[in-house]
Amino acid sequence: MVGKTLAEKLIGWHTASGTASAGEVVIVKVDYTFSHDAAGPLLINQLERLKTIKTEATEWTNNTVFFVDHAVPAPTKEIANDQLLLRSFAMSNGIALSDAGNGICHQVLAEEYASPGELIVGTDSHTCTAGGLCAFATGMGATDIAVAMKLRKTWLRVPESFKLVIEGHLPRGVYAKDLILKALSILGTDGATYKALEFHGRVVEEMEVAGRLTLANMAVEAGAKTGLVRSDEKTRKYLRELGREEKWREIKADEDAVYEREIVIDATELEPQVSIPGSPDKARPVSSVKGTKVDEVFIGSCTNTRIEDMRVVGQIFKGREKARGLKLIVTPSSRRVYTQCLDEGIIKILIEVGATITPPGCGVCFGALGGIPADNEVIFSSSNRNFPGRTGNPKAQTFLGSPATAAATAINGYISDPREFL
Amino acid sequence: MSTDEITPGRYLHLRSNLQELAKHTLEDARKDFAPNVKSGDFVVAGKNFGMGSSREQAPLVIKLLGVRAILAESFARIFYRNSINIGLPAIVCKTKSIEEGDELELRLRDGIVSNLTRKIELEFPRMSPTMEAIMNEGGLIAYVEKHGDLLLA
Repeated sequence: MVGKTLAEKLIGWHTASGTASAGEVVIVKVDYTFSHDAAGPLLINQLERLKTIKTEATEWTNNTVFFVDHAVPAPTKEIANDQLLLRSFAMSNGIALSDAGNGICHQVLAEEYASPGELIVGTDSHTCTAGGLCAFATGMGATDIAVAMKLRKTWLRVPESFKLVIEGHLPRGVYAKDLILKALSILGTDGATYKALEFHGRVVEEMEVAGRLTLANMAVEAGAKTGLVRSDEKTRKYLRELGREEKWREIKADEDAVYEREIVIDATELEPQVSIPGSPDKARPVSSVKGTKVDEVFIGSCTNTRIEDMRVVGQIFKGREKARGLKLIVTPSSRRVYTQCLDEGIIKILIEVGATITPPGCGVCFGALGGIPADNEVIFSSSNRNFPGRTGNPKAQTFLGSPATAAATAINGYISDPREFL
Repeated sequence: MSTDEITPGRYLHLRSNLQELAKHTLEDARKDFAPNVKSGDFVVAGKNFGMGSSREQAPLVIKLLGVRAILAESFARIFYRNSINIGLPAIVCKTKSIEEGDELELRLRDGIVSNLTRKIELEFPRMSPTMEAIMNEGGLIAYVEKHGDLLLA
């Protein structure tokens, strides 16, 4: 029998037959379903249309979570009403509620819910983030999730996998975010459509889960169904620190698994990467865009802003002030991260550098509230998308990069190389 | 074309008012789209239509505006799945030869798009059996209501 990729293993374990192969269409049991305030009202509407499904199938405690994260706190009465609908529905139906300020769904999922070997679907394209914990996690629309909530299953085409091998070592000032931006520049926004991206190589094996979550998070920007990293001692350590060690199991792809494409990236010579406006795959070395004047810096989003990112940002900001006239917004990805930042003195550093700290949530990334750039402004963001209009103003331009590059940029007021600060 | 451009995030507050949200469809890319699109029109696109966010409002507002099908060189996967789920045909075909204003006839079962203006016939591949089964019922909700379950076609 041919060896299995991570995707084939994870999906296979959730089928009736117990195995799956790339190209097959299968029905899978779903371990977790989730939604949030940007999709919840539509989801609830679709749930109400599914009248004939037996109520026994709708036992949602321990397998469903609703998050209020996309616009926190509610900036308009319409959004407040949508969030109320979501909140009330959760509380009336035994659905776990991660309320406003608790954090971005993907971060809270990684902290409290997702475990290696699980199959997770949610109403958000960055659901693939949980692949950093070796869960098969993929994003869908409200209708699919409504059906998955009711039936506790969904249908999937088992993806072929690309093997991304990261060799060498990560130089100082270069992080997982730079790696994934580099990978995107090779793949393009449709280079991995329907595939699973599997991350391999020494750099990944030595990488903490925080970095792995960043890698998996942006798999969707290449069109992929998900991003995956093996579950190993790093994964175990992550779960142990969160008091969830009993959820750990070792999971690796088979040595003889078959991959459709293999891409090797030598991290040793890699520069920090910056994606220029328009599309996340337009990544360039920072040296090629250094000096570009920036009006706003956003350090946040599900891609980054874990405590590991915040420590680097704190290191760069310590004892300094942001550039005059520049807007700096920092959004910890969860309440837990926020608390850790407080305990480690990072919040004080952020206040002193001149940052505006906003509640854990999607914030600037989504463009619905707080930190929308002005006409013709340039914003440097640690998030995952820079399509036109993404941050709420179609007349603004967005560059993407790591939190470190964003921090260096905030100090200088123009795109800067974080290695000069570290 | 990303879903950020189809239904921009700054209109989050209109998501429970789809008629109003539909007025802003593709607004930044083409200001004249929403006011001028007519019932029965097709949207014809290039590669990777609907990339990015999984917002189901994106195909929904296009459907609400009366568009009968979207033809594209390729689709982003979540958008494609969402489109079929709400009963809006998403057709993968070589769209380069189609010009705006062309009159098209779409024959879903035969897999043919006839460009009546340019006298060109384009073939398109059949959908996967699962997608076809969902499409035949007019969407996923109708499919599940009818069968009471998800079955493989």
